[in-house]
Amino acid sequence: MAIAKKVPEMLSKQISFCPGCGHGVVVRLIAECVEELKMEKNVIFNVGVGCYSLATPSIEADKFDTLHGRASAVATGFKRCNPDTLVISYQGDGDAYSIGIGESFSAAYRNENITVITVNNTNYGMTGGQMSATTMPGQKTTTSPLGRDCNTTGMPIKFPEMVAATFPNAAYVARGAVTTPKYVNQLKKYIMNALKAQMNNEGYSLIEVLSPCPTNWGMTPLQALGRVNKELVDYYPLGEFKTRKVK
Amino acid sequence: MEDMIKGNHAFAEAAIRAGATFYAGYPITPSSEIMEYLSVRLPEIGGVFIQAESEGASMNILTGASASGVRCFTASSSVGMTLKQEGISHMADSYLPFLAINVVRYGTGLGTLDTGQSDYLRDTRGGGSGDYRTFVLSPYSLQEAVELIGHGFDLGDKYGMGTILHTEAALGQMMEPCTFPEMKKVERRHGSIDGTYSFERISPLYRDRRQEAIDEKAKYDSIKENEQMWAEESLEDAEYVIVAYGLAGRSATGAVKQLRNEGYKVGLIRPITLWPFPEKAFDKVNKDVKGYISVEENATGQMVEDIALTLKKTIQSSKPVYMFANAFGIPTMKKIKADFISVRNGEIKEVY
Amino acid sequence: MKKVLIREERCKQCGICVDACPKNAISYSSEINSNGYQPVVIDDDLCNGCGICYTMCPDWVFEILGDRG
Repeated sequence: MAIAKKVPEMLSKQISFCPGCGHGVVVRLIAECVEELKMEKNVIFNVGVGCYSLATPSIEADKFDTLHGRASAVATGFKRCNPDTLVISYQGDGDAYSIGIGESFSAAYRNENITVITVNNTNYGMTGGQMSATTMPGQKTTTSPLGRDCNTTGMPIKFPEMVAATFPNAAYVARGAVTTPKYVNQLKKYIMNALKAQMNNEGYSLIEVLSPCPTNWGMTPLQALGRVNKELVDYYPLGEFKTRKVK
Repeated sequence: MEDMIKGNHAFAEAAIRAGATFYAGYPITPSSEIMEYLSVRLPEIGGVFIQAESEGASMNILTGASASGVRCFTASSSVGMTLKQEGISHMADSYLPFLAINVVRYGTGLGTLDTGQSDYLRDTRGGGSGDYRTFVLSPYSLQEAVELIGHGFDLGDKYGMGTILHTEAALGQMMEPCTFPEMKKVERRHGSIDGTYSFERISPLYRDRRQEAIDEKAKYDSIKENEQMWAEESLEDAEYVIVAYGLAGRSATGAVKQLRNEGYKVGLIRPITLWPFPEKAFDKVNKDVKGYISVEENATGQMVEDIALTLKKTIQSSKPVYMFANAFGIPTMKKIKADFISVRNGEIKEVY
Repeated sequence: MKKVLIREERCKQCGICVDACPKNAISYSSEINSNGYQPVVIDDDLCNGCGICYTMCPDWVFEILGDRG
């Protein structure tokens, strides 16, 4: 028997990402979870700076566009003033792991009761595909046109692993992907866990999402999906790094 | 008699009395006692105190609080305020009020730990990227600081702007008697973000920036018209007018009184709002005034530019503007008086 | 019988649903939408309403009708 599925009401307007970009799936999954938790009128979407800044016009809910990298700090302010409201900080890898690593790390360190969702597409998408902290070894970007040389630029950062290993109080940490139906369904469970943890005041929750960027990778949408599934999931393993203590 | 209290503690308590319930900041000399005090005081009243990971983060934490409609503030000193400018600019762009207490320490870069007035131009010109201003209020006593903190919050709420209490290391560190108003309760600002999506939120990508820029200009014009504050002495018959703010203004107040007693026709303008600059005070000055003297706690002269610019708008545009440089510390009354005599004797060359 | 509604205007022809559909029920229309893409069409005879197109679509094109279909 077929199950009815409809894009949540709060996503009434078309979203303007490149064809095959993964952000649309992530935004939809978050909205689905918020809707299923009946929190549409009690949620703040706190958004960093990246391609995903294009998503806020399509989200009909309380939302705020922060400065580049500062989303986790702003989310801290929101949550402390609205302790019973879901605060979701939506960021990218450049935003959360490079220019905003201090804010991201410190929000986790203070165990702020917020949910941070970082979408990792291994480059700075909005500015034209420059190398980011998550760019893979050898990956060609506009600032590593010969391929990323990890001897001089370091190895790609693994923020969820860092948080899970460093902060014993963090409530929930996971990494998902949007590149197969199985991964998408799994990711939705992760997001749901994180939001429930927040509603239950369990503390900081973080989900990283591996997401394709066909435009800047110079690939077709399907090739980009394939790259995530073949290459990225090896280096960035999917799964839960920290599960909720309360179920 | 009122109780003695240390300046930094008085600033913090004044903010609490004004209804502020949220503070985020980062330690820096000579303003750290503000957050030390608040680390106990804010939880006591059910408020939020956050020691942030950086000056910049503290400003962004305030952004979330202010967007939630909560009366919020931070404090820092000079170089720390530099780090906050990113957030200050963003809050200005988002029409979010806040109060930032800048306990100025003299110097460039890391600077010194001495008292000074070296941030005048930065603070009165917005400070961060963009096309905006913040209110800049400067007290000459702790009692005035207490009043200006309450007023600064109200101005911020009224105009959707930030306010900087621009004070000096010496005022933050000294003690003097002070009375505080009763505790004020402030409701969350109308239209703020609370998760209920009761108000439409326009993405920065879709805002009508051109129209907003025009509206901002009109708002600033109205502020300049209505919100100037200053103190003055004997302007009607003054041959020379000393202009000084903060503790230099306090010293100058005493110096002018003594010079008057000694028979010199000296007047005083003590700006209390540094932005908007109290241009209206200059309209009251004797038309035959011989010159203006800016007394500042810095070496290069900062407010002196605003004095010269203001005179451009009056019939006194040809009058000379002098500057007494006091790079370190508060100029004494004796020093101001001596410098005044030098100006009078033609020994000091005008700046403008 | 229709099992899936399509918002053709939203489709960007990325092809992810076409590839993911286990029944090979999705192809492109010969029409062009206002953004210049040829939106997807579903062969209702092949479609079983499983919803994988909805799951994978980044552009919120599909609505799975379920029992209402």
